[in-house]
Order: sequence, then structure tokens, then C-alpha cells
Amino acid sequence: MRNTLLIARRELAAYFRSMSGYVIFALVLLIDGILFNAFALGDGEHRSAEVVAKFLEYTSGLVMISSVLLSMRLLAEEKQTGTIVLLTSSPVRDREIILGKFLSGFAFLAIITLATLYMPLLIMVNGKISWGHLFAGYLGLLLLGGTTLALGTLGSALARTQVLAAIISAVLVTTLLIAWALAHVTERPFNEFFQAIALYHKHFTPFMQGVIHLRDVVYYGMMIYFSLFAATRVLEARRWR
Amino acid sequence: MIQVRGLTKYYGDHAAIRDLNFDIASGEVIGFLGRNGAGKTTTLKVLGCVLLPTSGTATVDGVDVVANAHAVRAKIGFLPDTPPLYNEMSVGDFLRFAAELRGVPSRQAAAKVQAAEEKMDLREMHDVPIGSLSHGYRQRVGVAQALVHQPALLILDEPTSGLDPIQIVEMRDLIRRLRGQHTVLISSHFLAEISQTCDRLLVIQRGEIVAQGSEDDLAESRGKSAIELTLRGKIETARAVLSALPGVVEVNDHDPASALPGEVNLRIRAETDLRAELVRASVAAGLDVLRIDQAASRLESLFIELSRNDPPTADPTSPASTGDAS
Repeated sequence: MRNTLLIARRELAAYFRSMSGYVIFALVLLIDGILFNAFALGDGEHRSAEVVAKFLEYTSGLVMISSVLLSMRLLAEEKQTGTIVLLTSSPVRDREIILGKFLSGFAFLAIITLATLYMPLLIMVNGKISWGHLFAGYLGLLLLGGTTLALGTLGSALARTQVLAAIISAVLVTTLLIAWALAHVTERPFNEFFQAIALYHKHFTPFMQGVIHLRDVVYYGMMIYFSLFAATRVLEARRWR
Repeated sequence: MIQVRGLTKYYGDHAAIRDLNFDIASGEVIGFLGRNGAGKTTTLKVLGCVLLPTSGTATVDGVDVVANAHAVRAKIGFLPDTPPLYNEMSVGDFLRFAAELRGVPSRQAAAKVQAAEEKMDLREMHDVPIGSLSHGYRQRVGVAQALVHQPALLILDEPTSGLDPIQIVEMRDLIRRLRGQHTVLISSHFLAEISQTCDRLLVIQRGEIVAQGSEDDLAESRGKSAIELTLRGKIETARAVLSALPGVVEVNDHDPASALPGEVNLRIRAETDLRAELVRASVAAGLDVLRIDQAASRLESLFIELSRNDPPTADPTSPASTGDAS
């Protein structure tokens, strides 16, 4: 765990030392603010709960995009610059490297996500929001973001360059997003399978409504675990090449 | 310290190294010599637990690099051909990170960093971002990260790569200072560095060790010596007389551009050191001997000799051939 935290701390500091970290941070807040004002607040009169749900919907899209962008550098950059050898020649286990990388990205993503909290709080000026709804929504955002980030970590482990890592991650995320659509054009048992693995509609929508299902938490937890497990295996396989 | 037996690594159908066998004793400084693509980097990566061999065994301090890589990594410091440096970090922060990554407790890290910086003359660069350092300083930081945790074995893959002549001399001196503190395995294309820094050489060719021993041992085992001569007089006579001397293998023109009119530079390969005989024969033939030298780059001759008929091949592990910096 010491090594994991050591790697996570260095990586997190690297986000704050790099321009790309601030650019992603600023763009998420800017675009989320515009969407919130234009569509969640400015789209006629709505109940406060509906405005919060719309805000969570817009923010979830941004969280997924920023996760892909944040994760692309995690391992691909190290491979591009050759710094991966520092980690792989040190007495650090591959799972500690992967977990440290993931945690740093997740911490940065959590900071970005929580920085948007002022927007739903603005609803309180003219309305009333449920803290439980907000908690469920942000839990969902973090779980969705964590899953996308874990998929991105896998993409970054597979790719040699950051651009390729972003493409692989985007393909993985998109595949899990359109699984919902596939569920509608296939028959049993495939439709049930596609529905179960769909990243967004089945599992995130309840969070948007302020509902936490253990089923959805377990789904995101399992997706994170399997993605990081696969990324660890990919990193281990590098020693054979 | 290191025991290698039958070490083989294939990339697809290509054998990067084949049936390597060698031993390195504790405290030795070993030069790993070979042309591009000979298998140096592959061997060092296997010993550094970065790459798995296809077959064979390698142990460091009795610990197998495949079966117990984690334990081996704690005993070694590895500098790959491209120093693994984070440009956004300061030298001090980076070395502290490297030290803690290699298991140095936090409370001891500052002292270890200071010791490594002093060894590599980096104290004044402690707070400087790595991204703003010159190539020479970056190489020093690369070596410093390898030794910051004071490992028993240091593996340095071309530590003088890309340095200018003054930086090479400085790096050579820095590496000499490591003698007695670590077992050191250095690969390099810079033959003089190997000659002047190491106790013993391992010469690798097409993935196989073709010779090992000190420079003298190798020269003796090859039974040939290179001698350079600058003569004034009848050139044809010089060639004929010297070629006829017993023990002379071949006589070649050498560096003709630097010869003045009426003079000739010759490089002579001989079975043994024939400098005295060559001078006597030249003088007897009426030639003026202006210069005679046991070839300044004796090792270079030896290296060329050993790697003759060894066409350069792409090293599958080199960044240029794989696009992978690792």
C-alpha cells in the first residue's frame, strides 16, 4: 500500500504541475456551467429535483470525457518517455503501479467533480433540494467516473502512445454505452446480458433520480475491479516482450 | 554476485541473446561490450528484471531474476539507455521518490538523496527542475536514481550516451568513484570508457558472449597486437620490409590524410608486440621512424577484430526499433 500511495501522490502532483490537468479542470467547469445555466436552469420552470437530475445528466457526460482524457497519460506517457522502467525495475508490484495510477486519476477527477457542487447549490436560491438526492447523484458521478477511468487505465496500459490510449479507452467506453441500444435489438438471453453490462442507462439513471441501488454500486465496483485487473495483466505481459 | 547460465531471449523467431554464460564477482566493475543489436540491452533488461528470458537462468546474489524478481529488484539499481526522468520534478524530489520506491524509509530518504547528489556532483541542482537540465546533468541524475538506495548491484546501460568529450571524462570519473561500493555492470559503445573504467570485459556478438576477461587477457587470447608507425623514406620498401618480418599478420595504410609528403602512417597487426623488431627492421632498411605506438585505441582494434563479420542488426529492445522507450 505504501508504494501505491507513493505512486498516487507523485501522479497527483504531476496533474497539478502539468498544463493539461488545469486545462481539463477549467474546461469541465466552463462547459458544465454553460450547460447548467442554458439547459438546467434556463429551460423554463421545473421542479428543483428535475433541475438536479438534468445537471447530473450533463455532468455525467463531462465526467466520462474527462476520465478518458485524464487516464490516457497514466501509463502510455510513461511508456513514451521511458520512465516506466523506473517503476518496473523497482521492487514495486504491477498491481501497486496500476492502483497508484488509478487512485491519482480518481483523486483528480473527484476534485473536478466536487468543484461543480456550487451549481446544484445555486438551485437553493429559488428552490429546495434534497441532500440525499445530491449525495446519491455525486456518488453516481464518482462511480461512473471511476469506472470510465479504470477503463481508461486499461486503454493506457494497452497503448504505446497517449493518442492511441485515448482512442482505445473511448472505444471501450462507447461499446459499454451502446450496449443499452444493443439490448433493444437483440433477443433473450443476449438482451439481458447487454442490459446488464450497459454503462449508463440501467446503472446511472437511478443515481440521477436520487436512488441508490446496491446492484448499481456493485456493478460499478466490479467494472473498476475487472478493468484494473486486466490492466495489471497487460503490464505484467510487458516483461515477455 | 551474478551468475548467468544458458540465458536466451527470443523476439519472435529472432534470438536477441543465445545461451549466455558468465559470472560476475562481488565488487567487480564489468564492461559489457558489443555493437548495436548485439544483445547488450536485452541482457541488462533481463538482469534488471524488466524483461523475462525465454530460457536459462540468471541469479543476483543467489536470487533468481524470474522466480523472485521482486527481491532482486531491491538489490539492484538500473539505468536504462534512456534515463527514466520526470521532467516536471526537481532533482531532489525525483531522487527522494526513487529512493522511497526502492524501499528507503521516509525518514532516511533525505540523507540518501544527499549522499547520491554528492556522489554525482548534483548538490547545487537539488531544487532545479529536471526538464531544465543539460543532457550531461540528466545522465548524472539517471545514475543517481540508480544508486540512491545504495544497491549491491548497479546496471548502467550506456551511461555516457550522447555526452560531449568533457562530460564523458566527468562521467567516467564519477563511475570510477563507485568502485568498491557497488558491483557495476556497464554497457557502452564508447570503448575507451570500457577500457579505462572496468576490471573485466564481456564481449557480446550476435547475442553470444565471444570473449571475456581483462583487456590484456583478451589481447593475449587473440594473439594479435596493433601497432601504428609513421615512417619517412621509400614507402614501397617500408611495406615490403615490414610485411616480411616474422609475426606480422598484415600491414595497412592508416590515416593517410595526416601524413606529410614523403611520410606514411601504417597500422600493423602482429601476433605479438613487435615494436622493437619493427624499429630495427625499418632503420636497417634506411627508413626514418618518426613515431611508433602500440595502437592508441588498442581495445578498439580488439573490438573490431572480435566483432568482424558481425553485421549490425536492429536491437529489438532499442527505442528506435520498437518505438517503445522502455
